[in-house]
Amino acid sequence: MNWFMPFGRRKSASVARERLQILLTHERGAEDHEDLIPILREEVLAAVTKHVLVDVDKVQVKIERGKAVSLLEIDIELPCDAKPAKRCAAARRTARSQRIAVQQAH
Amino acid sequence: MAQVVVVTSGKGGVGKTTTTAALGAALAQSGQRVAVVDFDVGLRNLDLVLGAERRVVYDLIYVAQGNVKLSQALIRDKRLETLYLLAASQTRDKDALTDEGVEKVMSELRSSFDWIICDSPAGIERGATLAMRHADVAVVVTNPEVSSVRDSDRIVGLLDAKTDKAARGERMEKHLLLTRYDPVRAGRGDMLNVDDVIDILSLPLLGIIPESEEVLRASNLGSPVTISNPKSPPARAYGDAAQRLMGADVPMVFPTDRSGLFGKLFGRRAA
Repeated sequence: MNWFMPFGRRKSASVARERLQILLTHERGAEDHEDLIPILREEVLAAVTKHVLVDVDKVQVKIERGKAVSLLEIDIELPCDAKPAKRCAAARRTARSQRIAVQQAH
Repeated sequence: MAQVVVVTSGKGGVGKTTTTAALGAALAQSGQRVAVVDFDVGLRNLDLVLGAERRVVYDLIYVAQGNVKLSQALIRDKRLETLYLLAASQTRDKDALTDEGVEKVMSELRSSFDWIICDSPAGIERGATLAMRHADVAVVVTNPEVSSVRDSDRIVGLLDAKTDKAARGERMEKHLLLTRYDPVRAGRGDMLNVDDVIDILSLPLLGIIPESEEVLRASNLGSPVTISNPKSPPARAYGDAAQRLMGADVPMVFPTDRSGLFGKLFGRRAA
Protein backbone atom coordinates (compact mmCIF):
# COMPACT_ATOMS: atom_id res chain seq x y z
CA MET A 1 0.00 0.00 0.00
CA ASN A 2 1.38 3.40 -0.93
CA TRP A 3 1.56 5.74 1.99
CA PHE A 4 2.28 8.76 -0.09
CA MET A 5 0.55 9.18 -3.37
CA PRO A 6 2.41 10.64 -6.33
CA PHE A 7 0.31 13.80 -6.28
CA GLY A 8 0.39 14.53 -2.60
CA ARG A 9 -2.68 13.15 -0.83
CA ARG A 10 -2.12 10.21 1.41
CA LYS A 11 -4.88 7.62 1.33
CA SER A 12 -7.15 7.92 4.34
CA ALA A 13 -7.32 4.16 5.00
CA SER A 14 -3.58 3.98 5.72
CA VAL A 15 -3.89 6.93 8.09
CA ALA A 16 -6.78 5.13 9.82
CA ARG A 17 -4.79 1.92 10.13
CA GLU A 18 -1.77 3.65 11.58
CA ARG A 19 -3.83 5.68 14.08
CA LEU A 20 -5.66 2.55 15.23
CA GLN A 21 -2.48 0.54 15.63
CA ILE A 22 -0.93 3.19 17.86
CA LEU A 23 -4.11 3.78 19.85
CA LEU A 24 -4.95 0.13 20.44
CA THR A 25 -1.41 -0.77 21.47
CA HIS A 26 -1.72 1.91 24.11
CA GLU A 27 -5.24 0.96 25.23
CA ARG A 28 -4.47 -2.74 25.44
CA GLY A 29 -1.45 -1.88 27.57
CA ALA A 30 -3.59 0.21 29.90
CA GLU A 31 -5.99 -2.68 30.42
CA ASP A 32 -3.15 -5.06 31.23
CA HIS A 33 -1.74 -2.65 33.81
CA GLU A 34 -4.89 -2.74 35.91
CA ASP A 35 -3.86 -6.05 37.42
CA LEU A 36 -0.11 -5.64 37.12
CA ILE A 37 0.64 -4.26 40.57
CA PRO A 38 -1.20 -6.89 42.66
CA ILE A 39 0.21 -9.68 40.47
CA LEU A 40 3.78 -8.39 40.73
CA ARG A 41 3.42 -7.87 44.46
CA GLU A 42 2.29 -11.43 44.99
CA GLU A 43 4.93 -12.98 42.75
CA VAL A 44 7.80 -10.92 44.10
CA LEU A 45 6.72 -11.74 47.64
CA ALA A 46 6.57 -15.43 46.79
CA ALA A 47 10.06 -15.33 45.29
CA VAL A 48 11.55 -13.49 48.25
CA THR A 49 9.88 -15.58 50.94
CA LYS A 50 11.48 -18.68 49.46
CA HIS A 51 14.77 -17.38 50.85
CA VAL A 52 13.94 -14.80 53.49
CA LEU A 53 10.97 -14.37 55.78
CA VAL A 54 9.50 -10.94 55.20
CA ASP A 55 6.51 -9.08 56.53
CA VAL A 56 3.76 -8.90 53.90
CA ASP A 57 3.07 -5.28 54.82
CA LYS A 58 6.68 -4.30 54.20
CA VAL A 59 6.47 -4.95 50.47
CA GLN A 60 5.65 -1.93 48.33
CA VAL A 61 5.14 -2.08 44.59
CA LYS A 62 4.39 0.99 42.56
CA ILE A 63 4.59 2.19 39.00
CA GLU A 64 5.35 5.73 38.00
CA ARG A 65 4.34 6.34 34.42
CA GLY A 66 6.33 8.81 32.41
CA LYS A 67 6.13 9.81 28.78
CA ALA A 68 9.04 7.80 27.46
CA VAL A 69 9.92 5.59 30.42
CA SER A 70 7.93 4.17 33.30
CA LEU A 71 9.53 3.32 36.61
CA LEU A 72 8.63 0.13 38.40
CA GLU A 73 9.64 0.46 42.03
CA ILE A 74 9.73 -2.50 44.41
CA ASP A 75 10.61 -1.84 48.04
CA ILE A 76 11.08 -4.79 50.33
CA GLU A 77 12.05 -4.16 53.89
CA LEU A 78 14.00 -7.08 55.28
CA PRO A 79 14.03 -7.65 59.03
CA CYS A 80 17.51 -8.12 60.48
CA ASP A 81 16.48 -11.41 62.06
CA ALA A 82 15.45 -12.66 58.66
CA LYS A 83 16.18 -16.31 57.98
CA PRO A 84 18.60 -17.72 57.08
CA ALA A 85 20.48 -15.81 59.74
CA LYS A 86 23.87 -15.67 58.06
CA ARG A 87 22.42 -13.66 55.21
CA CYS A 88 21.07 -11.03 57.54
CA ALA A 89 24.07 -8.74 57.56
CA ALA A 90 24.38 -8.83 53.81
CA ALA A 91 20.68 -8.18 53.47
CA ARG A 92 20.88 -5.14 55.70
CA ARG A 93 23.78 -3.75 53.73
CA THR A 94 22.45 -4.14 50.23
CA ALA A 95 18.78 -4.85 50.13
CA ARG A 96 17.10 -2.25 52.26
CA SER A 97 15.60 -0.98 49.11
CA GLN A 98 15.80 -2.36 45.64
CA ARG A 99 14.88 -0.38 42.64
CA ILE A 100 14.27 -1.76 39.25
CA ALA A 101 13.63 0.51 36.35
CA VAL A 102 11.75 -1.03 33.54
CA GLN A 103 11.94 0.49 30.14
CA GLN A 104 8.57 0.49 28.53
CA ALA A 105 7.63 1.37 25.04
CA HIS A 106 4.87 3.93 24.86
CA MET B 1 -24.82 -29.95 22.12
CA ALA B 2 -26.27 -26.45 22.09
CA GLN B 3 -24.03 -23.58 21.11
CA VAL B 4 -24.61 -20.14 22.57
CA VAL B 5 -23.43 -17.37 20.25
CA VAL B 6 -23.24 -13.71 21.24
CA VAL B 7 -23.42 -11.15 18.45
CA THR B 8 -21.64 -8.10 19.82
CA SER B 9 -19.71 -5.01 18.71
CA GLY B 10 -19.47 -2.27 21.32
CA LYS B 11 -20.48 0.39 18.82
CA GLY B 12 -24.11 0.80 17.84
CA GLY B 13 -25.49 0.73 14.33
CA VAL B 14 -22.90 -1.62 12.85
CA GLY B 15 -25.36 -4.45 12.13
CA LYS B 16 -25.68 -6.63 15.23
CA THR B 17 -29.44 -7.07 14.95
CA THR B 18 -29.32 -7.56 11.18
CA THR B 19 -26.58 -10.15 11.71
CA THR B 20 -28.45 -11.95 14.50
CA ALA B 21 -31.54 -12.23 12.28
CA ALA B 22 -29.61 -13.27 9.17
CA LEU B 23 -27.35 -15.84 10.91
CA GLY B 24 -30.31 -17.22 12.87
CA ALA B 25 -32.37 -17.60 9.71
CA ALA B 26 -29.45 -19.09 7.76
CA LEU B 27 -28.84 -21.70 10.49
CA ALA B 28 -32.57 -22.51 10.60
CA GLN B 29 -32.59 -22.79 6.79
CA SER B 30 -29.96 -25.52 7.26
CA GLY B 31 -32.38 -27.40 9.50
CA GLN B 32 -30.88 -26.34 12.83
CA ARG B 33 -33.15 -25.50 15.76
CA VAL B 34 -32.42 -21.85 16.52
CA ALA B 35 -33.52 -19.37 19.19
CA VAL B 36 -32.60 -15.72 18.68
CA VAL B 37 -32.67 -13.73 21.92
CA ASP B 38 -32.85 -9.94 22.09
CA PHE B 39 -30.89 -8.58 25.08
CA ASP B 40 -31.46 -4.93 24.19
CA VAL B 41 -33.93 -4.18 26.99
CA GLY B 42 -35.75 -0.91 26.37
CA LEU B 43 -34.68 -0.67 22.73
CA ARG B 44 -35.79 -3.96 21.27
CA ASN B 45 -35.58 -4.27 17.51
CA LEU B 46 -34.93 -7.90 16.69
CA ASP B 47 -38.70 -8.49 16.60
CA LEU B 48 -39.04 -5.74 13.99
CA VAL B 49 -36.20 -6.99 11.81
CA LEU B 50 -37.75 -10.48 11.92
CA GLY B 51 -41.24 -9.13 11.14
CA ALA B 52 -42.67 -10.43 14.43
CA GLU B 53 -43.30 -7.10 16.16
CA ARG B 54 -47.06 -7.59 16.36
CA ARG B 55 -46.79 -11.07 17.82
CA VAL B 56 -44.78 -10.22 20.95
CA VAL B 57 -46.82 -10.87 24.09
CA TYR B 58 -44.25 -12.02 26.64
CA ASP B 59 -40.55 -11.27 26.63
CA LEU B 60 -37.20 -12.28 28.12
CA ILE B 61 -37.87 -10.50 31.43
CA TYR B 62 -41.21 -12.29 31.96
CA VAL B 63 -39.41 -15.63 31.57
CA ALA B 64 -36.35 -14.59 33.58
CA GLN B 65 -38.58 -13.54 36.47
CA GLY B 66 -40.52 -16.78 36.28
CA ASN B 67 -43.83 -15.11 35.44
CA VAL B 68 -44.41 -17.19 32.31
CA LYS B 69 -43.00 -20.38 30.88
CA LEU B 70 -40.31 -20.17 28.21
CA SER B 71 -42.63 -21.86 25.71
CA GLN B 72 -45.21 -19.07 26.18
CA ALA B 73 -42.69 -16.36 25.32
CA LEU B 74 -40.96 -18.02 22.37
CA ILE B 75 -42.33 -16.77 19.05
CA ARG B 76 -42.07 -19.19 16.18
CA ASP B 77 -41.11 -17.70 12.84
CA LYS B 78 -43.84 -17.90 10.20
CA ARG B 79 -41.43 -18.81 7.39
CA LEU B 80 -38.93 -21.10 9.12
CA GLU B 81 -40.40 -23.59 11.51
CA THR B 82 -37.15 -24.18 13.45
CA LEU B 83 -36.52 -20.47 14.11
CA TYR B 84 -37.77 -18.93 17.36
CA LEU B 85 -37.54 -15.44 18.82
CA LEU B 86 -37.34 -14.43 22.47
CA ALA B 87 -37.99 -10.68 22.43
CA ALA B 88 -36.59 -8.06 24.78
CA SER B 89 -38.86 -5.95 26.92
CA GLN B 90 -39.67 -2.55 25.45
CA THR B 91 -41.08 -0.97 28.56
CA ARG B 92 -39.53 -2.44 31.65
CA ASP B 93 -36.50 -1.28 33.56
CA LYS B 94 -33.33 -2.97 32.37
CA ASP B 95 -32.38 -3.76 35.97
CA ALA B 96 -35.33 -6.15 36.00
CA LEU B 97 -33.05 -8.60 34.19
CA THR B 98 -31.06 -10.43 36.87
CA ASP B 99 -28.00 -12.64 36.49
CA GLU B 100 -29.85 -15.60 37.98
CA GLY B 101 -32.87 -15.05 35.74
CA VAL B 102 -30.76 -14.97 32.59
CA GLU B 103 -28.84 -18.06 33.69
CA LYS B 104 -32.10 -19.96 34.14
CA VAL B 105 -33.42 -18.92 30.71
CA MET B 106 -30.15 -19.81 28.98
CA SER B 107 -29.95 -23.25 30.53
CA GLU B 108 -33.56 -23.93 29.52
CA LEU B 109 -32.86 -22.75 25.97
CA ARG B 110 -29.76 -24.97 25.82
CA SER B 111 -31.86 -28.04 26.43
CA SER B 112 -34.23 -27.41 23.51
CA PHE B 113 -32.17 -25.72 20.77
CA ASP B 114 -29.04 -26.36 18.70
CA TRP B 115 -28.17 -22.68 18.54
CA ILE B 116 -28.97 -19.77 20.84
CA ILE B 117 -28.00 -16.45 19.30
CA CYS B 118 -27.88 -13.51 21.69
CA ASP B 119 -28.24 -10.05 20.18
CA SER B 120 -26.21 -7.77 22.42
CA PRO B 121 -27.07 -4.13 23.07
CA ALA B 122 -24.45 -1.57 22.08
CA GLY B 123 -22.04 -0.32 24.72
CA ILE B 124 -20.02 -2.07 27.41
CA GLU B 125 -22.55 -1.78 30.22
CA ARG B 126 -24.44 -4.49 32.05
CA GLY B 127 -26.76 -5.37 29.14
CA ALA B 128 -23.78 -6.14 26.92
CA THR B 129 -21.99 -8.19 29.58
CA LEU B 130 -25.21 -10.11 30.36
CA ALA B 131 -25.60 -10.96 26.68
CA MET B 132 -22.05 -12.35 26.46
CA ARG B 133 -21.92 -14.02 29.90
CA HIS B 134 -23.11 -17.48 28.82
CA ALA B 135 -21.68 -17.51 25.30
CA ASP B 136 -19.55 -20.32 23.88
CA VAL B 137 -18.76 -18.36 20.73
CA ALA B 138 -18.65 -14.62 19.99
CA VAL B 139 -19.31 -12.96 16.66
CA VAL B 140 -17.73 -9.51 16.76
CA VAL B 141 -19.50 -7.33 14.19
CA THR B 142 -17.24 -4.58 12.88
CA ASN B 143 -17.50 -1.90 10.20
CA PRO B 144 -14.30 -0.90 8.37
CA GLU B 145 -14.23 2.39 10.26
CA VAL B 146 -11.97 3.60 13.09
CA SER B 147 -14.55 3.98 15.87
CA SER B 148 -16.07 0.57 15.19
CA VAL B 149 -12.66 -1.15 15.15
CA ARG B 150 -11.65 0.52 18.41
CA ASP B 151 -14.90 -0.47 20.12
CA SER B 152 -14.59 -4.04 18.85
CA ASP B 153 -11.16 -4.19 20.45
CA ARG B 154 -12.68 -3.16 23.79
CA ILE B 155 -15.35 -5.83 23.41
CA VAL B 156 -12.68 -8.47 22.74
CA GLY B 157 -11.12 -7.48 26.06
CA LEU B 158 -14.47 -7.92 27.82
CA LEU B 159 -15.08 -11.29 26.16
CA ASP B 160 -11.79 -12.48 27.64
CA ALA B 161 -12.62 -11.11 31.09
CA LYS B 162 -16.34 -10.98 31.81
CA THR B 163 -17.72 -14.26 30.51
CA ASP B 164 -18.37 -17.55 32.27
CA LYS B 165 -15.95 -19.20 29.87
CA ALA B 166 -13.19 -16.76 30.81
CA ALA B 167 -13.98 -17.27 34.50
CA ARG B 168 -13.50 -21.02 34.03
CA GLY B 169 -10.11 -20.29 32.47
CA GLU B 170 -11.26 -21.40 29.03
CA ARG B 171 -10.62 -19.53 25.83
CA MET B 172 -13.58 -17.74 24.32
CA GLU B 173 -13.91 -18.53 20.63
CA LYS B 174 -14.17 -15.21 18.81
CA HIS B 175 -14.88 -14.44 15.17
CA LEU B 176 -14.76 -11.25 13.17
CA LEU B 177 -17.70 -10.43 10.93
CA LEU B 178 -16.91 -7.43 8.76
CA THR B 179 -20.10 -5.68 7.69
CA ARG B 180 -20.96 -2.79 5.35
CA TYR B 181 -17.81 -3.49 3.38
CA ASP B 182 -17.45 -1.44 0.22
CA PRO B 183 -14.84 -3.03 -2.06
CA VAL B 184 -14.68 0.03 -4.32
CA ARG B 185 -13.76 2.40 -1.50
CA ALA B 186 -11.40 -0.15 0.08
CA GLY B 187 -9.76 -0.64 -3.33
CA ARG B 188 -9.23 3.12 -3.64
CA GLY B 189 -7.63 3.24 -0.21
CA ASP B 190 -10.50 5.29 1.20
CA MET B 191 -11.72 2.55 3.54
CA LEU B 192 -9.86 0.11 5.80
CA ASN B 193 -9.58 -3.14 3.88
CA VAL B 194 -10.21 -6.67 5.12
CA ASP B 195 -6.54 -7.35 5.90
CA ASP B 196 -6.19 -4.08 7.81
CA VAL B 197 -9.05 -4.97 10.15
CA ILE B 198 -7.91 -8.57 10.63
CA ASP B 199 -4.36 -7.37 11.39
CA ILE B 200 -5.51 -4.78 13.90
CA LEU B 201 -8.01 -6.95 15.77
CA SER B 202 -6.18 -10.30 15.37
CA LEU B 203 -9.43 -12.23 15.05
CA PRO B 204 -10.22 -15.01 12.61
CA LEU B 205 -12.60 -13.93 9.86
CA LEU B 206 -16.10 -15.41 9.86
CA GLY B 207 -17.32 -13.46 6.86
CA ILE B 208 -17.41 -10.22 4.91
CA ILE B 209 -20.85 -8.74 4.35
CA PRO B 210 -20.77 -6.30 1.45
CA GLU B 211 -22.56 -2.96 1.70
CA SER B 212 -25.83 -3.60 -0.08
CA GLU B 213 -29.26 -2.05 -0.51
CA GLU B 214 -30.65 -5.55 0.03
CA VAL B 215 -29.89 -5.28 3.76
CA LEU B 216 -32.08 -2.18 4.19
CA ARG B 217 -34.73 -3.68 1.95
CA ALA B 218 -34.80 -6.80 4.13
CA SER B 219 -35.32 -4.83 7.33
CA ASN B 220 -38.02 -2.72 5.62
CA LEU B 221 -39.82 -5.97 4.85
CA GLY B 222 -39.24 -7.52 8.26
CA SER B 223 -37.48 -10.48 6.72
CA PRO B 224 -33.88 -11.61 7.25
CA VAL B 225 -31.88 -11.01 4.07
CA THR B 226 -31.21 -14.75 3.72
CA ILE B 227 -34.98 -15.19 3.26
CA SER B 228 -35.93 -11.98 1.43
CA ASN B 229 -33.30 -12.37 -1.30
CA PRO B 230 -31.27 -15.55 -0.79
CA LYS B 231 -29.23 -15.04 -3.97
CA SER B 232 -28.06 -11.52 -3.10
CA PRO B 233 -24.39 -11.03 -2.13
CA PRO B 234 -25.11 -10.21 1.55
CA ALA B 235 -27.44 -13.24 1.87
CA ARG B 236 -24.78 -15.52 0.39
CA ALA B 237 -22.16 -14.02 2.69
CA TYR B 238 -24.38 -14.61 5.75
CA GLY B 239 -25.18 -18.14 4.54
CA ASP B 240 -21.47 -18.92 4.23
CA ALA B 241 -20.78 -17.42 7.66
CA ALA B 242 -23.49 -19.66 9.16
CA GLN B 243 -21.91 -22.71 7.50
CA ARG B 244 -18.53 -21.74 8.98
CA LEU B 245 -20.13 -21.45 12.43
CA MET B 246 -21.34 -25.03 11.93
CA GLY B 247 -17.75 -26.02 11.24
CA ALA B 248 -17.87 -26.26 7.44
CA ASP B 249 -14.80 -25.21 5.49
CA VAL B 250 -16.35 -22.70 3.09
CA PRO B 251 -14.00 -20.65 0.89
CA MET B 252 -14.11 -16.94 1.75
CA VAL B 253 -15.64 -14.77 -0.98
CA PHE B 254 -14.05 -11.34 -1.06
CA PRO B 255 -16.53 -8.79 -2.36
CA THR B 256 -15.23 -7.17 -5.51
CA ASP B 257 -16.19 -4.22 -7.62
CA ARG B 258 -17.99 -5.93 -10.47
CA SER B 259 -18.84 -2.69 -12.21
CA GLY B 260 -15.48 -1.96 -13.79
CA LEU B 261 -12.81 -3.77 -15.74
CA PHE B 262 -10.35 -3.31 -12.88
CA GLY B 263 -12.62 -5.16 -10.46
CA LYS B 264 -13.24 -7.95 -12.92
CA LEU B 265 -9.53 -8.40 -13.55
CA PHE B 266 -8.32 -8.10 -9.99
CA GLY B 267 -11.27 -9.36 -8.01
CA ARG B 268 -10.00 -12.15 -5.84
CA ARG B 269 -11.42 -15.23 -4.24
CA ALA B 270 -9.69 -16.74 -1.28
CA ALA B 271 -8.45 -20.29 -1.41
